[in-house]
Amino acid sequence: MDDVMLNQFLILAAILFSTGVYGVLAKKNAILVLMSIELILNAVNINLVAFGAHNGTIAGSVFALFVIAVAAAEVGVGLAIVLLIYRNRHSVDLDDVAQMKG
Amino acid sequence: MIIAADGFAQNVFFYVIAAAMAVSAIRVVTVKNVVHAAMYLVLVLAGVGAQFILLASEFVAATQVLVYIGAVVVLVLFGVMLTRAKLGEDVNLTNDYWWLGAISAVMVFGVMAYSLLDYYGDDPLGAEPGNVESQIVGNTEQVSDALFGQYLVPFEIISVLLLGALVGAIVLARKD
Amino acid sequence: MTGYAAFAAETVEAGWFLEHAYLVPLIMAASFAITLAIGKRLGKHASWIGVAAIGTCFLFAIVANVQWNSYVTDSEHAAEAEADSHAEEGTTDEDAPAEEHSLVAPIAPGESAAPAQEDDHSEEPAAEGDEEHAPAAEGEEEHAEEFEVVPVTQTWTWWTNGDVEFEAGMLLDGMAVMMLFVVTLISLLVHVFSTDYVAGDRRYTHYFAFLSLFSAAMLGFVMAQNTLQLITMWELVGVCSFALIGHWWEEKPNSDAALKAFLTNRVGDVGLLVGMITLFFAADQTFDIVEINTLANDGAITHTALVVSSLCLLAAVMSKSGQFILHTWLPDAMAGPTPVSALIHAATMVVAGVFMVARMYGVFWNGLVIGGSSVNALAVVGGVTVLGGAGLAFVQSDIKKVLAYSTISQLGYMVMALGVGAWTAALFHLFTHAFFKAGLFLGAGSVAHSVHSFDMKKDMGGMYRFMPKTAWTFFICTGALIGIFPLAGFWSKDEILAGADQLGSGYSVFMIVGTIGAFMTAAYMTRLIYLTFFGEYRGGHHEVEQGRADADEHELEDAMDHGDHAEHHGDPHESGNRILVPLYILATLAVVAGFTNLPDTGALSFIPKGLALRFEHLFEPKGAYFPSFGAVEGAFSHPEFSWQIAVGSSLVGLLGIALAYAWFFKGLGPHGITQRSRLARAGHTFLVEKYYLDHLYTGIIAGGIKGPIAKGANWFNKHVLDGAVDGVGKSAVVGGQFVYNTIDQKLVDGIVDGSGVTAEGGGEVFRQMQTGKVQQYAAILFVASVVLAGTFIIVI
Repeated sequence: MDDVMLNQFLILAAILFSTGVYGVLAKKNAILVLMSIELILNAVNINLVAFGAHNGTIAGSVFALFVIAVAAAEVGVGLAIVLLIYRNRHSVDLDDVAQMKG
Repeated sequence: MIIAADGFAQNVFFYVIAAAMAVSAIRVVTVKNVVHAAMYLVLVLAGVGAQFILLASEFVAATQVLVYIGAVVVLVLFGVMLTRAKLGEDVNLTNDYWWLGAISAVMVFGVMAYSLLDYYGDDPLGAEPGNVESQIVGNTEQVSDALFGQYLVPFEIISVLLLGALVGAIVLARKD
Repeated sequence: MTGYAAFAAETVEAGWFLEHAYLVPLIMAASFAITLAIGKRLGKHASWIGVAAIGTCFLFAIVANVQWNSYVTDSEHAAEAEADSHAEEGTTDEDAPAEEHSLVAPIAPGESAAPAQEDDHSEEPAAEGDEEHAPAAEGEEEHAEEFEVVPVTQTWTWWTNGDVEFEAGMLLDGMAVMMLFVVTLISLLVHVFSTDYVAGDRRYTHYFAFLSLFSAAMLGFVMAQNTLQLITMWELVGVCSFALIGHWWEEKPNSDAALKAFLTNRVGDVGLLVGMITLFFAADQTFDIVEINTLANDGAITHTALVVSSLCLLAAVMSKSGQFILHTWLPDAMAGPTPVSALIHAATMVVAGVFMVARMYGVFWNGLVIGGSSVNALAVVGGVTVLGGAGLAFVQSDIKKVLAYSTISQLGYMVMALGVGAWTAALFHLFTHAFFKAGLFLGAGSVAHSVHSFDMKKDMGGMYRFMPKTAWTFFICTGALIGIFPLAGFWSKDEILAGADQLGSGYSVFMIVGTIGAFMTAAYMTRLIYLTFFGEYRGGHHEVEQGRADADEHELEDAMDHGDHAEHHGDPHESGNRILVPLYILATLAVVAGFTNLPDTGALSFIPKGLALRFEHLFEPKGAYFPSFGAVEGAFSHPEFSWQIAVGSSLVGLLGIALAYAWFFKGLGPHGITQRSRLARAGHTFLVEKYYLDHLYTGIIAGGIKGPIAKGANWFNKHVLDGAVDGVGKSAVVGGQFVYNTIDQKLVDGIVDGSGVTAEGGGEVFRQMQTGKVQQYAAILFVASVVLAGTFIIVI
């Protein structure tokens, strides 16, 4: 238990990622889906920074920052869409949004 | 913060925080109250920030706290309020085919974990012990140098993206 | 010899005008901005901004050329001096390091005390004297004046991304200096010509602004230091071409022509992008043109990458330089104002493709194995274009279209020359062609300016009586185009033919193609001259034709709408001085430009050393980035003058003139054969319809994609997707029926029912997958990708 392994971080990220995937797929509430996407993005960030430390470059941190900025944009637009859905259907239940049914 | 000099304390912190994060993350997607889910999300995000500090990226950690906990979560809570989500227990948060999502998640995790363990094994975090560069990663000065030198163009593009997102969000959300 | 650019200025000083040649495009860009900003206020004086700017640039270019001349001479002397000192000292080892850092790397220093003046092409083993220079001299074809001329470069880091630096800069070597002169000169003349030609146009400032921008882009293109800059400028000249073709966009054909030019060029631009990106990665992530070529010559880039990139780049050449099958935009581009056609679609922009090949010649040379035994794609494309373009020129009645097809044909010569390894010949032809073709276009513009039409058959004829000065310049330029001794085209065309001939093996066919091309050129140009300048004047009936929706005519009406031509429908008249003077200058150049590269071998060996092959001496790159230098597979050679070819091609040209003269002037031969013979009629129609290429593109390819894809998608939706669900059920039922009827009914009865039910159930399952719930789709996506990733991991 004395040396820090790369894999610790990667596995932690994998856990967060999978949890996020579950949330995205299984939750009905659109806002919960957005939160789950945040989980996924954070998992990616951990990976980026961990690999950056592993390779001894600063690029990992820089890209993590970019991902954070993109995530902020994503939440902004995502919530705007959710609000729009709510305004039109008075519900954020994704099961109701099924116009593509064949 | 020096990586891999004395791993023990670092490992202790890592595992404690990681356990808290894993539990919180699972609570985010299982709890029956949207507001509670948001609170658990705060825990996860804070944990990610702590992991960044363990990875010697203070600047990213600070940004994580500022942007995620400071802005994104607040935004999410606004979303919860504006969509009049049921405050309190809501049994109707999970859809009927959650099992499909669960299978997907388990499979994703399985494949990822297997390939990670298979490929990286017990590789240490710091690349080579003698690699001086890897010891000083995370310096805020370095980040700013890289961000405004080497990666200036992506940085500018990101700011344009943010502007676009801002305009898009306003256009989508305003009433008319 | 890598890194030689770093010590460029140490031994041989390049002049100030060479070091600062990047100012030339900047001046033109500034002129563009100023014209746009204050041009409207200046009214008809707006043109003087552009004229002044391009005039300055022209003077700049002349001085730069003079300085380049002395730069080359200095480099040569420095090489000789160094070689001499070596010869005196003997080749001692302590000199070697100093040499490494000197500008000029003498080739085979031990031997150059007695330069092989007489014996230009003998192979001399160079490696015997000095070990240090063995790699540079290896396989070198010994030439009296082998010395390295370091290109004058300037680079600035534009921006960086990750580890890749994007640079902007200037690469000035012989070919760039030559193009600097050509572009600024033609552009200046066109500017002056235009002040009269488009006077009173409603978008007068717009016109001159875009002329300036075009000049800036073209000058930037010829000086591009890296491929990225090359692509940028390439696109920029395309945009200017688009804007100027569609200058009178109110007429539908004009805006259509502009769109066609733009879209056709996009086809090639895809090739350009892919090719350059391939090169970027193949050449170890560099955009530097010199470096890419050097690496290609050194064999540091894999042959596959070179083949792929040179073929992709060839697509770009085909579109930009109007090579066959992608040439169709060029004749339509004649919808633009005539001076624009002269500048952009004859002298400068359309040679951008040729220039690019010449610029990246290391890549093409090694990629297509030019000089190898098998015939390469470049030569084939060029050869086909020579004949294809010339054939179409026969049936045009629009004077500009004849010239456009002639341009296509001549561009074919250039590409063919590059394909057969006659680099200098190609560039020399580019040089001479720019003058005489611009002269022809401007002459056509002068005639059209006078008769308000481009239609030779309807509105011209007998123009010699009305405008003898224009006619004479036109005749001279025509002579140069046909290749009449001693006009410019004779020398350049001849050099191409000699180049094709001397490679031997399969390449001889291109010599024949070129000769046939010369014959056709002579014939169609004689036809054009007859229809335009001789015979009876057929114009002067504009009143009855006012209703005819002829774009060209309207164009000229637009151009002429400025009131000071009172005799609008009167007799044609000679043009003014601002039109004639550019014609005189171009005609003069059409006479003398050929003397810049007089051959000094074979029958012409009496020509003194200092006069012969000046063009080659000055403008051919001398450095490791060019195939003639350094270790390159296959011998790079210069064609020798051969009087057989010269006389032969001249005779063929004269034969063409004579036949066309007999046909048109004397009325000999089977006239009306297209009425009498079905075969001749079919051939004529085939030409009139431009080999049906336009039909192929718009009707078959575009239409074929548009209609059927839409229909196909619809059909697929209706039958396959819907049908798959229903079909599974139905076919199972059918299968069930089959089993039911043929095999023992009672025994399998149960099974049949069962299978039907299962199939229907399957259909139901498929249908239920279309829930419209995105999350379920996403789940399927995740599972599928995970399965794929898992398979991938297990397999590897």
